[in-house]
Amino acid sequence: MSLFLETLIGGVLAGTLYALVAIGFVLIYKASGVFNYAQGSILLFGALAFVSLKDAGVPVAGALAITVGLLIVTAIAIERLLLRPLTNRSPLTLFMATLGLSYVAEGVAQGFMGSQVRALDLGIEDLPMFLGDIMISQFDLIAAGVAALLVIALSLLFNRTRIGIQLRGVANDTLAALSLGIDINRIWQIVWAVAGLVGLVSGLLWGARQGVQFSLSLVVLKALPVLIIGGFTSIAGAIVGGVVVGAGESLAETYIGPFLGGGITPWFAYALALVFLFIRPAGLLGERQIERV
Amino acid sequence: MRRLLLAALLAGTVLGGGAPACAAEVSQYIPLPTYRVGAYASSGELWWAGERDYFRYINEVEGGVEGVKLNYEEFETEWSPDRTVEVYERVKAGKDGSPLAFFFTHGTPATYALLEKAAADKIPLIDPAGGKTESVDGAVFPYAFPLLFSYYSQASTGINYIASKVGGLDKLKGLKIATVYHDSAYGRASQPAVDALAKTYGFENIQIPVADPGSEQSPQWRQIREVKPDWIFLRTWGVSTVVALKTAQRFGFPANRIIGDVWAGSESDTIPAGSAAVGYSALAPYPGGTDFEIHKRLKAEILDKGKSNLRDAKLFGAVNYNVGLVNAALAVEALRTGYKHFGARPLNGEEGRWAFEHLTIDPARLKQIGFDGLLQPIAITPTDHEGGGAARIQSWDGSKWVLQTDWIKADHALLTPLIKAGAAAYAKEKGITPRSADSAEAAAR
Repeated sequence: MSLFLETLIGGVLAGTLYALVAIGFVLIYKASGVFNYAQGSILLFGALAFVSLKDAGVPVAGALAITVGLLIVTAIAIERLLLRPLTNRSPLTLFMATLGLSYVAEGVAQGFMGSQVRALDLGIEDLPMFLGDIMISQFDLIAAGVAALLVIALSLLFNRTRIGIQLRGVANDTLAALSLGIDINRIWQIVWAVAGLVGLVSGLLWGARQGVQFSLSLVVLKALPVLIIGGFTSIAGAIVGGVVVGAGESLAETYIGPFLGGGITPWFAYALALVFLFIRPAGLLGERQIERV
Repeated sequence: MRRLLLAALLAGTVLGGGAPACAAEVSQYIPLPTYRVGAYASSGELWWAGERDYFRYINEVEGGVEGVKLNYEEFETEWSPDRTVEVYERVKAGKDGSPLAFFFTHGTPATYALLEKAAADKIPLIDPAGGKTESVDGAVFPYAFPLLFSYYSQASTGINYIASKVGGLDKLKGLKIATVYHDSAYGRASQPAVDALAKTYGFENIQIPVADPGSEQSPQWRQIREVKPDWIFLRTWGVSTVVALKTAQRFGFPANRIIGDVWAGSESDTIPAGSAAVGYSALAPYPGGTDFEIHKRLKAEILDKGKSNLRDAKLFGAVNYNVGLVNAALAVEALRTGYKHFGARPLNGEEGRWAFEHLTIDPARLKQIGFDGLLQPIAITPTDHEGGGAARIQSWDGSKWVLQTDWIKADHALLTPLIKAGAAAYAKEKGITPRSADSAEAAAR
């Protein structure tokens, strides 16, 4: 029983790290209907910028402030140079634009900051804690706490601030928001900046675990099944999806893996997502879109 | 006019790859499929710097190989086999009057993709410490050269090292040895050898796969905690090595009981793992460090003169940089062998095969070229395309790799029948009639 509980708890905590990545996608999709393929590259860009500044001797607070500034400038540049000229184009066009953006972001990040793997020490030891016989990762526990704080902060932003209400207005009905005088370009800039900051947080946590390197941009592969299960439009859904994927793949690897030759986690998450697509195409907490045809 | 001149200069730099080829003399063309961007760029960037620095040293300090300059040119592939195949197709006819003597694949998947094509084109594929293990048998695979250290040799050397730590091969009986491997053709490549070694020496063989990219490995290491192995052979790659070391620490498995293979033993694996990597050991056919004669020569002639391709001079002597140096040296010595036989002129593929099949670097020659301790003595023959099969062991002390042993040989008496059987099965499947040693000699003369 303790093995089951440990596997379950470990999976749930690992799932919150997946959820963090997925939240970045949700923010942009919710506000603009764009599936941002470049989220992984932006995550890499942020983490690489932070660790490069830190390695160059900039104090942690300074490195964080400069990185946040860089991400805000990047968000403004993306809105001005990419999204604004493509206003009213199809979602597929916007998706392809973010595909191109991902290559540019990866190239710029590696070109200017190098491709060497960098160690990132956040001061959180990846050591075990014990609850009776059950081992829990201290790092995963803190990461889950960070994810919880981030979700609370985002909820406050969306529900208790003027910007958040405008953002929700744009998400619900762009034309109505425009007719009410909401500056949609500014909203997009804010959303991309917030998604960049969420990417930075997840990039730093993943980077501390596996080193800051190109592979960080691939953690988005973990976010896709999370989004399908949780729904593309719900932050709470991303959390639930992350937990379902994390716990599901962990239990599957432990209890089903040995019968299938092991190493089943990547495809198991997608198989699980496929099941949800059949049962609940909009995801657990996603908005069902009904169109008259 | 100025724009035109600039464009011409730029085009020359890009297309020429920076190689100092001279129009008046015909140089030996060496294409280099590389990956300076993408998921494996952290290894590649240093590897190509090592190769380029050594080729530059040969051209500028030694005046080429037997007077023949090397014209090397990079092609970015992002470690993608299909792009490497495309590069191969573009360069297989040679360039600027030079035929292609050999083709570095720089990756096992690309070697697999080109195996039949290159054999048909009669162009040797060079993939040290990689490639298809059965292609060690040159009778069946005349144009494939998995030089130095096949995947079977990696398994055997790892087990031999564990035996030396526990008091001898007879003490392996009853031990539990788990292989944590990248779930890919590369990761699975050593399994037949470990199976045979387990049957011979009586240890329990536990195989635990980690799916790519391996960024979450708690289930695997939880399984290890349940099984309680005595030693772990780590055959991971890229991020899966870093995560394995960190997760092992979390689950309380000591790093000094983990032996990494060739491609899990560089600074890119240990630095990000921090304290979790201290005490971790790895097989080193390419030892790290700068305590070798060649590094003194390169420092004086290339680094200190600002000619190195390294982006960061602190990485001079890193494991992956030394991979590039050793591979470049193998190519240079093979070409030298060929030029002495055929004359000092660019070689074609068949001549390149002969050159590699007669490549011998003995301890005296290793000292002459400055690779003593960095490269094992090697002797390739028409029927043995590995020619070495040994590695040193190095351990990570928290800041650098420290060599622990001299060269440890693989158990070739046990491995050769496995390789021959695999090659024979391949020959049967493809309808290949294996060469005899005599026919191999006659073909190239």
